[in-house]
Amino acid sequence: MAKAAAAKAAAKTSASAASAERRPAQAGRSVSAKNVRVEVLPPAERMSLRAPEASVAALSKALGLTLPKSPKSSAVKAGRTALWLGPDEWFVIDEAGKDLLADCAKVSALHSAVGISHRNVAFTVAGPAAAAAINAGCPQDLSLEAFPVGAASRTILGKCEIVLLRTAADAFRVECWRSFSDYVFTFLSEAASDAAA
Amino acid sequence: MLLIRCPYCEEERPELEFRNAGEAHIARSANMAGESDDDFEKFFFIRSNPKGIIYERWRHIHGCARFFNAVRDTVTDKFVMTYKAGEPKPAKLPGASK
Repeated sequence: MAKAAAAKAAAKTSASAASAERRPAQAGRSVSAKNVRVEVLPPAERMSLRAPEASVAALSKALGLTLPKSPKSSAVKAGRTALWLGPDEWFVIDEAGKDLLADCAKVSALHSAVGISHRNVAFTVAGPAAAAAINAGCPQDLSLEAFPVGAASRTILGKCEIVLLRTAADAFRVECWRSFSDYVFTFLSEAASDAAA
Repeated sequence: MLLIRCPYCEEERPELEFRNAGEAHIARSANMAGESDDDFEKFFFIRSNPKGIIYERWRHIHGCARFFNAVRDTVTDKFVMTYKAGEPKPAKLPGASK
């Protein structure tokens, strides 16, 4: 009797979970200027990973890509990107929708993996003037010598903290917190039209 | 804009990414409850505030988020050097005449 009630309750929960609708912030927004285009990216799986040196090899194996060990670098493999944020901190993005936390859960070595998929919103800034547009609010040197393709760093844009990844010579991925996404998009839109001028 | 070298990122980054975190090399007593009021006051409130070279903690808060130590001249605002947290006070500063 109790078992049946529990099963019924579980069915109810899963039914309501299935009907939950995900409304990503800034969905579908984009802006095009002469030499640069800013576009919101589709939702992705994201994880904040912290681990000591001794656990890195096991975690790399479980995730299927080598966690980068040098500052300001990243590693990409099969839709999965790992960004070096600090000496024991990585930001992992999976655009293929695979479960990052499940992969890390298999590792017994000491680590902390926190799912932050819904915390962030990502934008792409692409075009010949992409670096100029981001430099409107980001004080880092974004020349190809200082910030080559694959370079990644936590930094700031205007008044807001972002994570910046250079995906191509003229394209960047900008990750920001969801509640700041409106500010970041507006900032980048203004910067794009300034950079085009 | 000042460029500050982060010892963890191993490069110079713009000052906007950093935040000051007070004087460095202030050791917390292992037996805090046994501290006398005078000693606690010295530990908790009294800072050297020198004119010239100061040893400070800084945090690369909008970067790698790590704390580190920096040697700075309070007169010229120039960063003499930076080193990782936990490392001893440098015995000799680069460019020092003595």
